[in-house]
Amino acid sequence: MRIDDEELLRTGLPPERRGRVLLIGCGALAHEVLALKAANGWDHLDLQCLPAILHNHPEKIPDAVARAVEAGRETHDEIFVLYADCGTGGLLQARCAALGVEMLAGPHCYSFFEGNEAFAARDEITAFYLTDFLVRQFDAFVTKPLGLDRHPELRDMYFGNYTTLVYQAQTEDPDLTAKARACAERLGLAFERRFTGYGDLETAMSEL
Amino acid sequence: MSDEEEDIILSELDDEELVAQMFDDLYDGMKEEIEEGVNILLERGWTPYDILTKALVGGMTIVGNDFRDGILFVPEVLMAANAMKGGMAILKPLLVETGAPRIGKMVIGTVKGDIHDIGKNLVSMMMEGAGFEVVDLGINNAVEKYLDALEAEQPDILGMSALLTTTMPYMKVVIDTLKDKGIRDDYIVLVGGAPLNEEFGRAIGADAYCRDAAVAVETAKDFVKRKHNQLAAGA
Repeated sequence: MRIDDEELLRTGLPPERRGRVLLIGCGALAHEVLALKAANGWDHLDLQCLPAILHNHPEKIPDAVARAVEAGRETHDEIFVLYADCGTGGLLQARCAALGVEMLAGPHCYSFFEGNEAFAARDEITAFYLTDFLVRQFDAFVTKPLGLDRHPELRDMYFGNYTTLVYQAQTEDPDLTAKARACAERLGLAFERRFTGYGDLETAMSEL
Repeated sequence: MSDEEEDIILSELDDEELVAQMFDDLYDGMKEEIEEGVNILLERGWTPYDILTKALVGGMTIVGNDFRDGILFVPEVLMAANAMKGGMAILKPLLVETGAPRIGKMVIGTVKGDIHDIGKNLVSMMMEGAGFEVVDLGINNAVEKYLDALEAEQPDILGMSALLTTTMPYMKVVIDTLKDKGIRDDYIVLVGGAPLNEEFGRAIGADAYCRDAAVAVETAKDFVKRKHNQLAAGA
């Protein structure tokens, strides 16, 4: 199944309505979830993605998820939310609890891709993370919303306290690694590539 | 048409026109023009306090309102703040010399484990613009650092900032420590940061959650006024 990053970014991905468990997830996870689904033959799972750009507007995530959950109750037997807290300050967890649906554990995708325990143990506070999707969509998530295309002089106001760009690679892709390295250079940060695979995302999906 | 337009010579504008132009320049994030405007007003005999409040804070209030209303976005606000910072750098030493009125004092810092300071820096600047003395502890502050600063500075207000869901609970650690030491009510505690909300502010025992820098200033003014009224009533 071919999916378009631009659509994932702005509009998300509709469910196929095949599979009894509806996964409501962030558009930034679509490639990974579909890859896991295909690799494991998890045909009972049906993915719906909300626009990935909500990553930059976490205050909008709880309402968007709640609307999708309400709609999904009409079409699916079970629903699981493929978001972690993602900057909602506990509000998504509270909303999911009120709706009676489960969601991914952890603060954000950087944590569950690495594995929540391992990520917490690192306790690194000066790392700026990118995933495969965020490397591909760096301009849409970083350059343009932060105004670095219009005002490059703002770079150090945003990133002056960071030291390293950590590229959490979900796949082996030399082109993406090269792009991630270039992103680090643009931000004036050291570069580290860390292969994570799918981490706790795979574990959570395997339990559904 | 633009070829026909002439550059605006700030020094040729009268005071009213110049202040209006400075509002525009702040809005457009033009630091050098703001610095020039501040210097011209100083040469014309304006007090540093009047320049700060009437030209700079007046202009930033428009920026803040448009940010709140979704007309301006973070990059533009930061450009405006940078321009204001240029003007403030000229005025700050002069404000001290001329004994400008001081509303109160604030100690502010980003909590432990968190290195994000854009919002905090905006709050610091706007608080200074509003007449507060601000002691900025920077980023990644452990509870001990807050306690030391509170003891040394004796501020009216403690401000804490966090951008991460994982670091915002540390605000409660600080407030609980203040309670344990019996000094919680000696300070107005204001908290802010993207993942926070009013409910969280209440839950951790802060006096108020401030959505943005403009709200922080108004909230601070309001609490300090109430505090002074209480002291006056108790005297």
